Amino acid sequence: MLLGKLTLDAIPFHEPIVMGALGGAGLVGLVIIALITKFGKWGYLWREWLTTVDHKKIGVMYIIVALVMLLRGFADALMMRAQLAMATDGGAGVFPPSHYDQIFTAHGVIMIIFMAMPFMTGLMNIVVPLQIGARDVAFPFLNSLSFYLLVAAAALVNLSLGVGNFARTGWVAYPPLAGLQFSPDVGVDYYTWALQISGIGTTLTAVNFLVTVLKMRAPGMKLMQMPIFTWTCTWANVLIVASFPILTGALAMLSLDRYMDFHFFTAEAGGNAMMYLNLFWAWGHPEVYILVLPAFGIFSEVVSTFTGKRLFGHTSMIVASGVISVLGFMVWLHHFFTMGSGANVNAFFGIATMVISVPTGVKLFNWLFTIYRGRLRFEPPILWTLGFMVTFSIGGMTGVLMAVPGADFVLHNSLFLIAHFHNTIIGGAVFGYLAGFAFWFPKVFGFKLNPKLGKAAFWFWQVGFFFAFMPLYVLGFLGMTRRLNHTNNPAWDIWLYIALFGALLIACGIACQLLQLAVSLIERKKNADLSGDPWNGHTLEWSTSSPPPSYNFAVLPQVHDIDAFTDMKEKGVAYAAPAKYEPIHMPKNTAAGLYIGGFTGILGFALIWHIWWMAILGLVGIIGSMLARAYDNDRDFYIQPAEIEATERAAAEQRARAVAA
Amino acid sequence: MKNPRSARLLWGLAPLALLLAGCQGGILDPKGQVAAEEKSLIITATLLMLLVVIPVIVMTLVFAWKYRASNTAAEYQPKWSHSNKIEAVVWIVPIIIVCCLAVVTWKTTHKLDPYRPLDSDKPPIKVQVVALNWKWLFIYPDLGIATVNELAFPKDTPVNFRITSDVAMNSFFIPQLGGQIYAMAGMETKLHLIANEAGSYNGISANYSGAGFSGMKFQAIATPTEAEFDAWVKKARASGNTLDADAYLALAAPSENNPPIYYSVGEPRLFDAVLHKYMAGRTSLAATDEEIKLAELTKILCQTQPVAAVKEH
Repeated sequence: MLLGKLTLDAIPFHEPIVMGALGGAGLVGLVIIALITKFGKWGYLWREWLTTVDHKKIGVMYIIVALVMLLRGFADALMMRAQLAMATDGGAGVFPPSHYDQIFTAHGVIMIIFMAMPFMTGLMNIVVPLQIGARDVAFPFLNSLSFYLLVAAAALVNLSLGVGNFARTGWVAYPPLAGLQFSPDVGVDYYTWALQISGIGTTLTAVNFLVTVLKMRAPGMKLMQMPIFTWTCTWANVLIVASFPILTGALAMLSLDRYMDFHFFTAEAGGNAMMYLNLFWAWGHPEVYILVLPAFGIFSEVVSTFTGKRLFGHTSMIVASGVISVLGFMVWLHHFFTMGSGANVNAFFGIATMVISVPTGVKLFNWLFTIYRGRLRFEPPILWTLGFMVTFSIGGMTGVLMAVPGADFVLHNSLFLIAHFHNTIIGGAVFGYLAGFAFWFPKVFGFKLNPKLGKAAFWFWQVGFFFAFMPLYVLGFLGMTRRLNHTNNPAWDIWLYIALFGALLIACGIACQLLQLAVSLIERKKNADLSGDPWNGHTLEWSTSSPPPSYNFAVLPQVHDIDAFTDMKEKGVAYAAPAKYEPIHMPKNTAAGLYIGGFTGILGFALIWHIWWMAILGLVGIIGSMLARAYDNDRDFYIQPAEIEATERAAAEQRARAVAA
Repeated sequence: MKNPRSARLLWGLAPLALLLAGCQGGILDPKGQVAAEEKSLIITATLLMLLVVIPVIVMTLVFAWKYRASNTAAEYQPKWSHSNKIEAVVWIVPIIIVCCLAVVTWKTTHKLDPYRPLDSDKPPIKVQVVALNWKWLFIYPDLGIATVNELAFPKDTPVNFRITSDVAMNSFFIPQLGGQIYAMAGMETKLHLIANEAGSYNGISANYSGAGFSGMKFQAIATPTEAEFDAWVKKARASGNTLDADAYLALAAPSENNPPIYYSVGEPRLFDAVLHKYMAGRTSLAATDEEIKLAELTKILCQTQPVAAVKEH
């Protein structure tokens, strides 16, 4: 009773694969803890990272979470491909449905909510304040809180591996399958609380960054002069603010169904599952644009930087992103043409979906005409961009094809659909984040990543992508549907083997990236970025040192042009030191976000397992930490001119050495 | 091969040939009018879109090569970032193509609406479909038979399906005969299909519905003649099984990879009662004899809920 539904049976001692994974993860955790203790870095970790409110460090922590979850989600992907390559012609493979169905559910949830979202949020955290010439975000503490809500949610998902189980519903968790009747165990509760908690963090982040770009732009920067990455993030944040509350509501109703017998979504007592499908996709479709729009922004920055040229059609790009955002909010029904809506409704949503391809096509042409008459340098970020332009064109085409209801009736839920959205999410969003990772890495850490391993990683990913997903298009045509545990059709076998081979190539790509991080860290002196402007950049983030000082800019920059830093360099006013520095007002670090996030994680765990005393403890902890923070008046300080001058002089000397070398 | 270019072309076509040869049994190998129209729609729409996609891919590669930094002979205009002509072309060309596609979409969506009965001289065969854990129940109301995981009809005869589910959401799909439609508890959806070639086609559930989902398959047999279909109906009727409320409740218990079962129908209101299960307690509204009988049957079906689909490990 004291532990609710939680008993020792919840721990899967009898599943060697799960226990092996847990043991491995535990070992890695112990090694990390031992190393931190050995080098006496706990204080440093606490003061400089865990309690930080600095947007750059929070951004780095987001990306670390994203990379760890990428490894977890990718391990799920490899297990699925291996299972389907083995369980052909009636074979059972390695994973029974009770385990396999958790794997595909976890893969979807992790990759979208805990890999792509934090990767995007991390890059936005690092870059947006720097691009608009601000010293931090509008609400630095809120930013830290958002991050810890994500960490709490990610911890719950990972906990489900060892305590209980995860949902066996697919990442969409449609009722009635996700209802109490067909999913009586804790799997769906892990799902709902993990998404709920991280979703609230995401909404807070979006509010924070919308206020930041509206109120904190550098003097002279008009809205239409904001750099394109900042603009695409802003559109994504508008979409988050509009759509995430729908997810919050839908999950809340699903939870009421499961905890208090409400029947919002189960047909008994007048509920209706079709309402859940509508609500889920009214969030779920904007979500894919939330992921891909910032990636579009990254490609724009990369193309204009590595061609040494102004972006073609800056205004057109902003308008196109806006049109995509608005339309992206009005096409959710295309996820269920097969639910029996009438022909008029289906045709309306199909055509509305196709219209999105117009602004998306405009973007592709604008990148092409940025390359046109430019001087293209083939650094890794540009390889990801070119790979994206080729790959995403195909993914966009198959998407429009599925927007035609008559075609969707035979393609829906097939592996063609799986191929399509991996084509756009990997070829669009993930390639974009990886381009952004290589592009802004030297800004954050002060040294470039090894380009040879970066290029090798790109080619493994790109070729691996084609081998892994083109066969899925074929399998869709052959009539293979998604979420199958085993197959019994000899014509499919060869394509399943090729897809596994492709997944292994992508694994090599990921290995190259891990190796690249290690090698680059060892060679950091050789690849150091002393100038702060390693790629001859256009925008303000390149005008400060690498890594930037905590206050970002000693003097807020004056902006006169879209490419503000290029403009400064041309006028010869870049790096100009003022006669006298003013004190800079900065927020103090706080552990309040960490405490609130921690108590939220406890609350989530308690609700999942029906441990009511612990739920009350979590709730009281959250409210208590919030009050403590609210009454804490020691929350800011000033950096004094002497300190600023010393930092800036050191940066200037370093820059002079770089120029001399 | 002497000419290296044509050799390369041939290699380029090899995967395509392999793809087409391997397409037997899928949606590119249609055996009925609906599926054939859906296939030609896929091809038309794809060709229309390739008008933009191929130039974009080619331009990406050509521009990237031509304007590489080492090619100092190429023109370099770092400030060139606007051209009304190019902007007009990149907005207008995609708009024209999307307009064409929109017209195609509007027309085909109405023509291929799964709810639209197919035009035919022959009277349609009616089939009621119930998705169960994890098998399909087919009831032929006019013929007095029912089957599990096997469906039959003569070729060139339209088949009108009424579809529901007594469990989680499934999707009723015979890829070679045409599009799918969801099966949902408490809801009735409709689908109209026809087979124009005799044969036995794979039928599946295309929407994940729990642990036994992968085995939720059936065969859809299009007989070459009416006589062969009649023989199949006789075989079902002669099976000795009767589908009444008790037999239905026994069948509804979760099971996996079920072989075909044949029944004669003992309870004509079964499909409607399954639909009404989720609107239980309406006996008071029943006015006619028929409505009272339906309400009573519904009550019986409600007594035993299908047990949980998921076993704890």
